[in-house]
Amino acid sequence: MTLLDAVIFLPLLAFLIVMALPKENHNAIRMFSLIASLAIFVVSLGLIGSVWSAAPGRFSFENNHPWVQTPAINYHTGLDGISLWLVMLSTLLTPICVLISWRSIDKHVKQFFGFLLLLEFGLIGVFCALDFFLFFVFWELSLVPMYFLIGIWGHDRRIYSALKFFVYTMAGSMLMLVAMIYLYEQAGTFDYTRILAGLQSGSISLSSSEQLWLFLGFFIAFAIKVPLFPLHTWLPDAHVEAPTAGSVMLASVMLKMGTYGLLRFCVPLFPNAARQCADWIVILAIIGIVYGALVAMVQPNMKKLVAYSSVSHLGFVVLGIFSFTQQGFDGAVYQMLAHGISTGALFLIVGFLYERRHSLDIAAYGGVATPAPWLSSAFMITMLASIGLPTLSNFIGEYLVLQGSSINFRWTVFAALGSILAACYMLWLYQRVFFGKASEDLTHHMPDLNLREYAIIVPLIILMVWTGTYTRSFLAPISASNAVLLGPIDARREIHVRATPPRVAPGDLAPELNNAR
Amino acid sequence: MPVNFMPTGADYFRILPEIIMTVAGTLIMLIEGWLGENKRRNLSAFTFVAFAAALVAAVAANSRPGLSFSNMLIVDGFATFFRVLVIAVGILSVLSAVQYLKREHAESSEYYALLLFSVTGQCIMATANELIMIFIGLEISSIATYILAGYLRDDKRNNEAALKYFLLGSFATAFLLYGIAWIYGTTGSTNLAVIRTVLLSGGPERNVVLAGTAAALMFVGFAFKVSAAPFQIWAPDVYQGAPAPVTLFMSAGPKAVAFAVFLRVFMTAFAPITNRWEPFVWSSALLTMIIGNFAALMQTNIKRLLAYSSIAHAGYVMVAVAAHNQIGVAAAMFYLAAYAFMNIGAFAVVTHFSRQGERFVNIEDLAGLGWKQPVTAGLFAIFLLSLIGVPLTGGFFGKFYIFKAALDANLVWLAILGLLNSAVAAYYYLRILVVMYMNEPGEATLSIQPVGAGIGATLWVAAVGTLVLGIFPSVLLNFATNSSALVK
Repeated sequence: MTLLDAVIFLPLLAFLIVMALPKENHNAIRMFSLIASLAIFVVSLGLIGSVWSAAPGRFSFENNHPWVQTPAINYHTGLDGISLWLVMLSTLLTPICVLISWRSIDKHVKQFFGFLLLLEFGLIGVFCALDFFLFFVFWELSLVPMYFLIGIWGHDRRIYSALKFFVYTMAGSMLMLVAMIYLYEQAGTFDYTRILAGLQSGSISLSSSEQLWLFLGFFIAFAIKVPLFPLHTWLPDAHVEAPTAGSVMLASVMLKMGTYGLLRFCVPLFPNAARQCADWIVILAIIGIVYGALVAMVQPNMKKLVAYSSVSHLGFVVLGIFSFTQQGFDGAVYQMLAHGISTGALFLIVGFLYERRHSLDIAAYGGVATPAPWLSSAFMITMLASIGLPTLSNFIGEYLVLQGSSINFRWTVFAALGSILAACYMLWLYQRVFFGKASEDLTHHMPDLNLREYAIIVPLIILMVWTGTYTRSFLAPISASNAVLLGPIDARREIHVRATPPRVAPGDLAPELNNAR
Repeated sequence: MPVNFMPTGADYFRILPEIIMTVAGTLIMLIEGWLGENKRRNLSAFTFVAFAAALVAAVAANSRPGLSFSNMLIVDGFATFFRVLVIAVGILSVLSAVQYLKREHAESSEYYALLLFSVTGQCIMATANELIMIFIGLEISSIATYILAGYLRDDKRNNEAALKYFLLGSFATAFLLYGIAWIYGTTGSTNLAVIRTVLLSGGPERNVVLAGTAAALMFVGFAFKVSAAPFQIWAPDVYQGAPAPVTLFMSAGPKAVAFAVFLRVFMTAFAPITNRWEPFVWSSALLTMIIGNFAALMQTNIKRLLAYSSIAHAGYVMVAVAAHNQIGVAAAMFYLAAYAFMNIGAFAVVTHFSRQGERFVNIEDLAGLGWKQPVTAGLFAIFLLSLIGVPLTGGFFGKFYIFKAALDANLVWLAILGLLNSAVAAYYYLRILVVMYMNEPGEATLSIQPVGAGIGATLWVAAVGTLVLGIFPSVLLNFATNSSALVK
């Protein structure tokens, strides 16, 4: 039993306790969920130190315990620099989601908070699992609470969206399951570290067509989750219809399951197939970046706008991963973290507005800045972070991705369009919602931030600034783990490469970044 | 040729479960006349005890495995597994029927006696080592089940179900019998081991075409019993028409044991001609999954939906048969046990919810059940998630083992198509969850009574079983793996 196991299973325990509480006592349920999720966050802070000081390539808090004998399935978990921040993001956002749902959820309160905690269990598990089977278990398990969160507490078209979300993901997962079992047949184990080592040392050999099919099996499952253009159609529906807490968890953490899977499994396990498909995938990612931004621009619905901006931002992550460079990988992971913070915050503030005015239409607002200046400032900072303004979170990720991928792919230049377009749709959104003259009615319904809302948004704003300025405190473990992942792939580098810029030393800040600032 | 036909003590010990159940069933029919109206409900308790005793006897018999009655029966791990399974199904059927029969004013001894006889027949099928025994067991089981399907004799739907089931079932059984005759004519034996030896030998008796025809004829009989395509047409009508607790019984017990004999016959006697039957089983598996899942998408009646879902699940097990390896056998065993639990649970909810005369059997009627009776709905949700195949439920592990067996046998396309099918299936199970949790309660939900003790017990047993198989699959899987070697 390690600290990590505690972080994984405490949410499950909290879920069971919430389910046992009397359903009439709403406040007790809310209070308990808040305290429990905060406690889990505090416990999870203890994870950071060990990952920081761990030797590169080693997993901290590794626990390997047999679960099923035949076929050999182990409860194998561990944490490294790639998964660390995603776990932290889950534990941080859960108490925030409890807070944002404090007033807005007033029916079936017990089940809502229960599902939120169950979701946290699934999400943390996904990022810590080092056994394919265990990964799949958590992967599927996280679907169920999210399905209920959207379907029960969502808006008008919630049922359609929840079903679409579930069936879409399930179809991808099934392909992954086939690939997973096939890999087991070849390797004789579900253990990620052993399969990786076996493939790299050649003790497990796959023909190139096997590699390609296995790669595609995993890739489609992950690409649906990311979502990569053109598999993204479930996302706007799910986001718009979900309650605020659901949108936040979905955008900030759940989408990262896809990119995490690509980075952790797809690329390192099947590097040749990944390279073979990289051109197509990069093109799809770039289309996604530009398309997402263009579609976001014309949305009349705030949530839908943010949802499409997610498609655009996640395109950067995929681009970074399929650049096969240190900067690209680092940027991808950093962008995952930054997007989790900034888009989560955007959804939260949209949630604030919705609680006040009960509308998601941009047209229903205007001049909010006058009655609610602090709310507007918070949105301003978050929006700028999302656009990718230097000194705020997203800039670092996007910059590293563009830098890393431009080494191998010339077309990357078009991805930069995404950043420019982001400024257009975000600033225009800001202008329409916050500037202008507020109507009488709107002023009446638009109090400024209250204490609960400060508690929600301030930590995220601090993080946006922190991740945007003092990168070192986040990037070091990421780089170290990425360097290990990239090493063997790099060695097999075939063509493409002209001049490799100096590799970022593990634990060191990217030098280009210093120059850039 | 055995000279001495006198059975030994060990022979009797090995068929003790069947003896107990037959005696109990006969006693029930005899003593009913002496019992007053009020005392008849004690019959359920008596049946329960008889089943429990048979269960103990079945487990005990496994301590002395071997052949008995001149090689006609065999007690091995495989047989024990299915005997225990069908007896457990019998117990749960009793528990969930008590309240139902009282509600329909149909408490009589026949129900319990028929249930006991049907399970007896299934136990004989599970232990049969010989085609004639299989046929006898099948007939004992089927005839009792035909009558059970039409148990409420004043109900039109019951009559339709029983008639359809009986006519089509007899027709299918005739195919099976014809197949037995062919193989007897070809090989000169009805004993599975002997048939296998003859087919393996290069002698003149080894006529592959004749044996293949026999296999095809028997396939028809078995495919009907397990409701595999293209012989699945009867299932939706019968499942929908029969009383809910009978459907619960039919979809779990007879189906599981039909797969047991299917596996035993095709994995032993017909193993030498695998290449002849494998393509047929392969296509039948795929067709069954597709028909079951896609037809289920359009159902509004929940019994009918579960009937199609039951067809689809038969398709998954057929994938394991098509894999024709030991892992496949073990996977099928595990899956059938997991399926029995989750399906019994689902039908127990239907039994509870449908009310007198089965008025509320539409999916829409379940609206808002999640908030009106959270525990029942929560358990139902577990069964549905297990039917979808979500991890940590028995249904997921079952599916996982089956498709693993398929990939072991290099049936890559069957595995991919099968798993994509199960993504389609998610849709119609989720629709039930949608109605239960996301719609406002309607008339049916608002007038609901508390869950009775019998159904409550069934639900909890089924839910615990589903979760245990999902979280600690080794408890059952190790036994299944150890007893999956059918060729002795």
